[in-house]
This record gives sequence, structure tokens and C-alpha cells, in this order.
Amino acid sequence: QDDDSPGVPGFRTWRGVYLFVIGCFILVVITLALFSRAFA
Amino acid sequence: MNALDWLVLLGTMVGIAAYGAWRTRHTDHLDTYLKGSKTTGWFTIGLSVAATQASAITFLSIPGQGFESGIGFVQNYFGLPLALIIVCAVFLPIYRRLGVYTAYEYLGQRFDGKTRLLGAGLFLLQRGLASGITIYAPAIILSTVLGWRLDLTIIGAGVLVIGYTVTGGSVAVSLTQKWQVAVIFAGMVTAFVVLLDRLPEGLGFSGAAHLAGAMGKLEAVDFSLDPDKRYTFWSGLFGGLFLSLSYFGTDQSQVQRYIGGASLREGRLGLIFNALLKIPMQFFILLLGALVFVFYQFQPAPVFFNRAEWEHHAAGPNGAAFRALEAKHAALHAVKQEKIAAWQAARTGSGDLAAARAGLVAAQAATEAVRAEAKKALTAADPRAKTKDSDYVFISFIVAQLPHGAVGLLVAVMFAAALGSKAGELNALGSTSTIDLWRHFRPLAAHDEARNVRVAKWLTAFWGFFAIGFALYAGFAENLIEAINILGSIFYGVVLGLFLVAFFLKKVGGTAVFWGAVAAQILVFILFATLNISYLWYNLIGCAACMLFSVILQAFLPANDAHERP
Repeated sequence: QDDDSPGVPGFRTWRGVYLFVIGCFILVVITLALFSRAFA
Repeated sequence: MNALDWLVLLGTMVGIAAYGAWRTRHTDHLDTYLKGSKTTGWFTIGLSVAATQASAITFLSIPGQGFESGIGFVQNYFGLPLALIIVCAVFLPIYRRLGVYTAYEYLGQRFDGKTRLLGAGLFLLQRGLASGITIYAPAIILSTVLGWRLDLTIIGAGVLVIGYTVTGGSVAVSLTQKWQVAVIFAGMVTAFVVLLDRLPEGLGFSGAAHLAGAMGKLEAVDFSLDPDKRYTFWSGLFGGLFLSLSYFGTDQSQVQRYIGGASLREGRLGLIFNALLKIPMQFFILLLGALVFVFYQFQPAPVFFNRAEWEHHAAGPNGAAFRALEAKHAALHAVKQEKIAAWQAARTGSGDLAAARAGLVAAQAATEAVRAEAKKALTAADPRAKTKDSDYVFISFIVAQLPHGAVGLLVAVMFAAALGSKAGELNALGSTSTIDLWRHFRPLAAHDEARNVRVAKWLTAFWGFFAIGFALYAGFAENLIEAINILGSIFYGVVLGLFLVAFFLKKVGGTAVFWGAVAAQILVFILFATLNISYLWYNLIGCAACMLFSVILQAFLPANDAHERP
């Protein structure tokens, strides 16, 4: 048988979105580690 | 289950299926039938991707994992966000730019017909067999616990999913998955609330989490480099990255969920939604299992959770030994109650906390030893007895503890997950058979739109009935299931290798990559037969070998074999 802007408030490029996801992943891992320590 | 439970179960499952079939009954364009509506937004795509990945086993087995081993299993998903970023940045733009229906169609455009057939053939073999297990696995557990007939459970679920998937194709799949996810969300929140309510007075979430933590169930992240450890940060990050990249990037059952949609942006945001959602969702399901474990520290738990299997053997000639194990387990439960009371007192200020915790851990170890003895007794009574009972923990808790209505809702959760993932698989099997096999061998038929849709519907129905037949047969060959799960692991890496060569090694042509993939697959088979390593590593080995062999072979082939194609 596509535009290339994320169109998400606060993000001008897709690279910014991907870095945000990686940042969230790092935060989640830290949160999980702290959660384990808090209840160990 | 009483009448109210049946009303909730049938009302949600049949209601969603009928609504999906009715709303999409006029789907008569191949593009819409295979790729879905061109107006589909990121939220629908995101839910569809999540619903295809989360099968009934997700909601039956993973709480059992949390109960048995704690929440460390969450690390298996650590590679997923990175894999989805790579799919967004590399795979999706190419698929959309070329306007392909299937991932394997791209292999045909980049390489040649034989490489396309290799990719499509491996997918049909692996996913076609696995689709039978998607129905069989939850059906065997639900029919055992609820006393239903296994064959009728398989046929009922199978026919329901064929009905709306054949009628409306990809549009019906996405539409029904949205409502199925709503049922799953409502059910899991209900289970969580009821579970917290059923915990002893004054314990609360914090007390329950402290007790689970003291008994080693809340160790979420392990940075150990020990390769013998089952779940670590590193195995989850690297092994999980390759597994997720293969699954989301090259498995048509996922590619089909995000390849359509209103624009590239909507597809990408749907995948990003999953990259952000998946780890917290799996953590929540595992935590639910850990809290069920805490619940059974205060309530008498069965020594073996597959009650039907246990009672069947307890009624046999060795019944006395089975009853003795039950009595031993009950006595240990009483001892554990004392240890928990001492630990709670120490926690609130009176007594030695370290000593109380050591007593608690010792009591738990004694209970685990009796459970291991029970499994040995089962194997001694019948070497073919199924001794893995963690899959039965959550459903046993639901049936025994939830109020009527909520039981029906939670059984509907299991069916919604089974139907959602099954529909995604059927839709992909039908598309791949139509586009990569039927149209490949009958190129002139591509111009007859109505005939294409008709063939796609027949092929989708064929795979649906094949899955039902295979699920009915799987009941007689339990070891088949294990074999099919392994089959997926040993093919995935090589298929990912094919795609990575296509994307990144522009000098490599069709003949080199085809024989490189065949050689890599043979190597994986040999390693599988001789080594004893985690399945996750075969993804990495198969992928790397496929890329390396392709480059080496291309060096010995004439340059005109390589095409500077998309």
C-alpha cells in the first residue's frame, strides 16, 4: 500500500522521550531497591 | 461458583465477544482486517500490545511466583523498556515506511523470497503450536479447581475467540482487548482490596509487607554477578533485552498490534506506554502473590495447593502417609503462629528482633521442608504426578476467600487474559498465512480484495480450530508443553538475527543471511543438547551467531548477492 514529532507536551524530539523512559526505568529500579530495604 | 458468579463471568466474556463481533461485522477491506482501523490512537494500541503479551498464565502463575519465591522475578522485565525504545526508533519506522502487513514481508523486500519464507515459517511453527498452550494452560488449572470439564472449557474459550477474531480481524481484536483489559484491571484491584481486608486486624499493608520482607519475599533487585542465580539485575537486563527485542520487534502477534494505527507517532506512544507500564504492573502482580503468602501465615494453608491432585492420591493405598503430612503441616502452622506473635511483639518494642526474626525464618524453613516432603510423596505414589502447585495458589485463594460475584469477576480476569492474547495470536497467524504464504504463491490473487479478506478469514479460523485440537491433544501429552516453551526460546534468537542483519548490515544479501541463519540455528540446537544454561542466553547466542555467519558467508559470495535495499 508520518510526521516525526512526538507531539507530547514537554518533549520536542523523540530522543527526549526515550531518555525520559530510561530515566523512569532507573528511578523504578532505585525505588524497588529502596522498597526491598525498607521492608527487609 | 454460584449463579451470580456465572452471571458476571458469562456477562463479561460473552458480552465483550458479541460486542466486538457486532461492531466490526462490516470489516471488508484487507488493510483494515489485517492492520486495524487507520484512526486507532496510542492508548488503544498500548492496551492491545499489553493484552496480547499478558496471557492467563500471567495472572495465574505470577502471583504463585510471588508466593513461592518472592518478587525477584520482576527483574526478568528489566530489559523490556530498552527493547521497546529500540523497536520505536528502528523497527517501527521501517515497517511503516514500507507499508508492509507482516514483519516477514519486510524480509522479502530486503533480502529474497526464501528468507521471507524462513522467517514466516519459523513464526507459524512456533506460534501455531504455542497458541494451543495459550488455551490449554489456564483451562487445565481452572477446570481442576472449579471442577469443570477440561474439554468443554477448551472448546468454549476457543470457539468464543474464533467468533469475533474471524468476523472483525484486527479491528475486533483491538476493540475487545480494550474491554478485556478493563475487566482485568477491575478484577485485580478487587482481589488486592479483599486481600488487604482479609489480613488480621491491626496488621495492615505495612505490617504485612514487613512480615513478607522478614521472610525473604520482597528482595526485588539483586546486583549479584553469580551466573547460578536465577533472577538478577544483569540477567534480566541483557537476557530480557534480547528476548523482548525478538518478541516485540519480530513476532507478528506483536508487530500487528502497532504496525497500523493513525500514524507513526501513535504507534510509538503505544509502545512507550508499555515501556512505562510493564515493570510496575508485574511488580503489583508479584506483590499480590507475596501478600497471599502473608495471608496464609495467619490462615491454615493446604500442604499442597492442587487439591484435586492431592486428594486423588490421599484416597489411594498410601493415604495414611498423606494424612500424616497434613497433620505435620498443621502442627508447624501452629508453631509459626507463636513465632509470628513473638516477631510482632519484638517489632513493636518488646524483645530481641533479630532472634525473633531468626525463629520466624526457621519456622518457615520447616514448613517448606514439609511441602517438599509432600511433593516427594506425590511422586512416589505416581511418578507422573504434577508436583508444581504454585500455579494453583492464587486461584485457590480466590475461590476460598473472595465473596460471590468477585469470584466470577476474577475467573473472568483469567478468561479475558486468555482470550485477549489468543486473539492477538490468531490474528497474526491468519495474516502471516495469507500474506507470506497464500499471496506469495498466488501473486495474481492480490488484486481481488474480497477474495483476500475471505482467505484471511478462513485461514484465521483454521488456526483457531488447530489451536483447539492441539489443546485437547496436549492433555494427553504433558511433556509437549515444556517442549513447545523451549521451542520458542531456541528459535527467537536466530529470527532476531535475521532482522538485525537486515537493518544494520546493508552489505549482506539474501543467500548469505539465509544460510547464516540455518547454520546459526543448527549451532543453537547443538548447544541446547550439550550445555545446561538458562534459555534466555540462547536468544543472545542465536542472534550473534546469525549475524556473524551471515557476514562471513557474504565475504565468500559475489557482491551482487547484496542489495542496497530498504
